[in-house]
Amino acid sequence: MAEEFLRIDKLVKTFGGNQVVKGVDLSFNKGEFVSLLGPSGCGKTTILRMIAGFERPDSGRILVEGKDISGLAPNQRKIGMVFQAYALFPNMNVADNIGFGLKIAGMPKPQREARIEEMLQLIGLSGYGKRYPFELSGGQQQRVALARALAPSPRMLLLDEPLSALDAKIRVSLREQIRQIQRELGITTVFVTHDQEEALSISDRIVVLNTGNVEQFGQPFEIYNRPQTRFVATFVGTLNTLNATVADAGAKTVTLGGTTVTIPALPASARNGEAVALTMRPEAVSLANGATRDIVLDGKVAEVSFLGSVIRLKVDLGDNAVNLDTFNDQRTPPPAHGAPVRIGIASSDVLVLER
Amino acid sequence: MKPAKLWSWIIFAFGAAYFIVPLLATFEFSLRIRREGYTFDAYTSVFSDGRFQASFSYSLLIGVCAIIVGLLIVVPAAYYVRLRAPHLRPIIEFITLLPLVIPAIILVFGYIRMYNTSSALPLLGTNLGTDILLTLAYVALALPYMYRAVDTGLRTIDVQTLTEAANILGANQATIIAKVIFPNIIVAVLSGAFLTLAIVIGEFTIASLLNRQVFGVYMQNVGANRAFEPAALAVISFVITWGAMGMIQLLARFAPKTARRD
Amino acid sequence: MTNVSSVADPAAGPVSTGPAVRVGGNPFRFFTRLRLGDIIAIAPFIIFALLFLLIPTLGLVVGAFQDPQGNFTLQNVMDLATPQIAASFWISIRVSVTSAVLGAAIGLAIALAIIRGKLPSGIRSTVMTFSGVASQFAGIPLSFAFLATLGRLGLVTVLLKFAGFDLYKSGFNLLSFWGLTITYLYFQIPLMILIIAPAIDGLKKEWGEAAATLGATNGQFWRYIGLPVLWPNLLGTLSLLFANAFGAIATAYALTGSSLNIVPILLYAQIRGDVLHNPGLGAALALGMIVITALANIVYLVIRTRAERWLK
Ligand SMILES: Nc1ncnc2c1ncn2[C@@H]1O[C@H](COP(=O)(O)OP(=O)(O)OP(=O)(O)O)[C@@H](O)[C@H]1O
Ligand SMILES: [Mg+2]
Repeated sequence: MAEEFLRIDKLVKTFGGNQVVKGVDLSFNKGEFVSLLGPSGCGKTTILRMIAGFERPDSGRILVEGKDISGLAPNQRKIGMVFQAYALFPNMNVADNIGFGLKIAGMPKPQREARIEEMLQLIGLSGYGKRYPFELSGGQQQRVALARALAPSPRMLLLDEPLSALDAKIRVSLREQIRQIQRELGITTVFVTHDQEEALSISDRIVVLNTGNVEQFGQPFEIYNRPQTRFVATFVGTLNTLNATVADAGAKTVTLGGTTVTIPALPASARNGEAVALTMRPEAVSLANGATRDIVLDGKVAEVSFLGSVIRLKVDLGDNAVNLDTFNDQRTPPPAHGAPVRIGIASSDVLVLER
Repeated sequence: MKPAKLWSWIIFAFGAAYFIVPLLATFEFSLRIRREGYTFDAYTSVFSDGRFQASFSYSLLIGVCAIIVGLLIVVPAAYYVRLRAPHLRPIIEFITLLPLVIPAIILVFGYIRMYNTSSALPLLGTNLGTDILLTLAYVALALPYMYRAVDTGLRTIDVQTLTEAANILGANQATIIAKVIFPNIIVAVLSGAFLTLAIVIGEFTIASLLNRQVFGVYMQNVGANRAFEPAALAVISFVITWGAMGMIQLLARFAPKTARRD
Repeated sequence: MTNVSSVADPAAGPVSTGPAVRVGGNPFRFFTRLRLGDIIAIAPFIIFALLFLLIPTLGLVVGAFQDPQGNFTLQNVMDLATPQIAASFWISIRVSVTSAVLGAAIGLAIALAIIRGKLPSGIRSTVMTFSGVASQFAGIPLSFAFLATLGRLGLVTVLLKFAGFDLYKSGFNLLSFWGLTITYLYFQIPLMILIIAPAIDGLKKEWGEAAATLGATNGQFWRYIGLPVLWPNLLGTLSLLFANAFGAIATAYALTGSSLNIVPILLYAQIRGDVLHNPGLGAALALGMIVITALANIVYLVIRTRAERWLK
């Protein structure tokens, strides 16, 4: 249904004998907002810079609307880019920064001014045209950088950790603003971040990268709830791990803390007596007071962290420990430190990761 | 990308040629003193000249004195400005930069008018007085470099914290400077010292007008009277300058890590 | 670095609001003791600056307006307009401007080549070290080196003659305007490299990349961003190079004797033996030199403050 816009084929890049991008294949749709998510050094920036044309791939192809752009210099690609450190031209005021791409493209002055005004309104900085970059806050500078990248109507927008130099509050509001502008313009966007919450909250789809490989490519919902590899499961969100032993592989049962439970996700390759790790998100674990869950375990509260709308408890189960989230209910104070609790887990929420 | 790199090489090669050819030519010239072929006789002739030895050691002596006096003037002032009076910084820096814009010949002309035998402070009336004036003139010449070096050294160490720590331990200002600040900026100070030496060792204008037989004046005399010895002297001077500047590079390796730019 | 007007250093930290009064003891005693320490620290510097920088220079300025009896006169300054003196000012200015402009242009090109030209990394540190040496290799020995290179018997002259080209018959003379300029470049270019290198380092890589994604060519980047950002530094260095050449005397003196009558050489001769037969005229000559160097710096300051509002 969706139209393919950008296609990356078996992309490889080596720096000094060190392969940092190891044969990446990706396909993005037109108008899509895709995040590249992964730990530091996994190759996110390198991929982005190859798309922009600042790094030359060792092998592989990058196609935009079916055409290989490898032969084009960065200034011929019509791809907008926003950098982590804003990179506004310090000798130009806001208007001249935004208008730079238009001026290079030879747009006549009256049209240029109109377009600059339009962009200023888009980023909510009308009236700031005459200011110089040093007179703006970090968040304002990054908005100007965004407007500058968007002004010449590029076919695609690349953002390399555009929010990581900003403080937490502005980070959240600006990411929403970026997403809204992107929707308005319908521009295909690649957003690099190492912040999983950021990626989950604004992306249409997320590419999870690890050491130069794509671990998983999917919608935030899939990435979070159905991680396909152990890396994705642990990197995105918090994960509980309970150690269990396979009781009967055929019946998909395991022994956990003295009881035997059925785990539908137990892989067919499991063998009787083998140790397995059962994993689940904190929100899949509940305080079993009245709740009906098929796995029920007893423990003691080891830690209580009040996070606002939710309360995270760490429960000591003897040989295991789990984190669980409960909603903050004004009428029910959380259990005290050391209090005995009973927890419940729905076996269908349990994932089994190899080893 | 490719043509840019080619251009870089071309510019670099052009620059390298301009700077290296005169050095080679001078060296070659210094060897030409005998018709029969290349010899080092010009160097022998220079080194065995009593006036060479006398003028060189005199320059060295004045240079060392200028370094000591310069440090005594600059270190406390730079420290004071950094720590106690940052608002005076623009004025002090402006003064330290003056010698870069006031030519040496103007300075010495001013000295000659101000410190002549009939003045209130007749430094030029005695030999010792003239030596002192020459030393102070060199302090002035080296002031911009000396101040910068010391100030950079002070910047890299955390003067404020060190001073407060020393204050808490009950040290007075003099002790702070001598025992805490100075060892920390010794590398920067030595850099300033070698720069001063490089500037002073070949100086001609001031010494010549104060009638002091420094190395620069000796070189000028040789240049006016001999053919090949000047080339040998130029080579020797270059080696000395290189030595002084090389020491600064070497010292930079021992500088505190925070002094590095990257 | 040695930028004449970069006096306000952002790294200087916040301006102190005076000595803090500490807890305990008599605050006044502490205050006075502090004051004394501060005075001892700064006094040598101030006295030195007054006695050996400011007053001697001001003395000359005053002397330029005095006749031999000490009365006020404008005659000395007006006498600067005599053809001989005016000619030496003119040639001095020409040599200084030419060597400053060429030195700045060539130094900038070399600095750009070694910093941004993707040359092997060892080249940069070698060039910087060499520049440190060459920028101080001035005066008498420098003139010897160029006599040995481009003098009538110099290696290059001889080799060119060997190759069939007679440098001196073609009109070149080391003891001339161009000869002096070429010699001065030997310390002007390295000085430029030393001063401008940190400024070039300050050009962020992302500016070039941002410009490229907006469609700009490398040339457009330099025209609209690179050079405008470097401009204040370039101007500052230019005025410093000008002053550097304008006050230089030893190189020219050893090279040309008094055949090329630049102002400092004229002044040197005047100080030695009152060749102008008027002591006041010597002071006026000095005043002229001070005014011209000061003007070069003022022009720089004015242009800088007018053109660079974005400079914080
Ligand atoms: N120009 C280069 N030369 C050599 N190695 C490089 C270069 N650029 C990147 N690398 C290396 O390639 C690897 C991937 O770098 P990249 O910048 O793509 O990581 P990243 O995922 O963007 O990390 P971060 O989140 O820290 O920005 C790193 O190990 C890095 O050291
Ligand atoms: Mg990165």
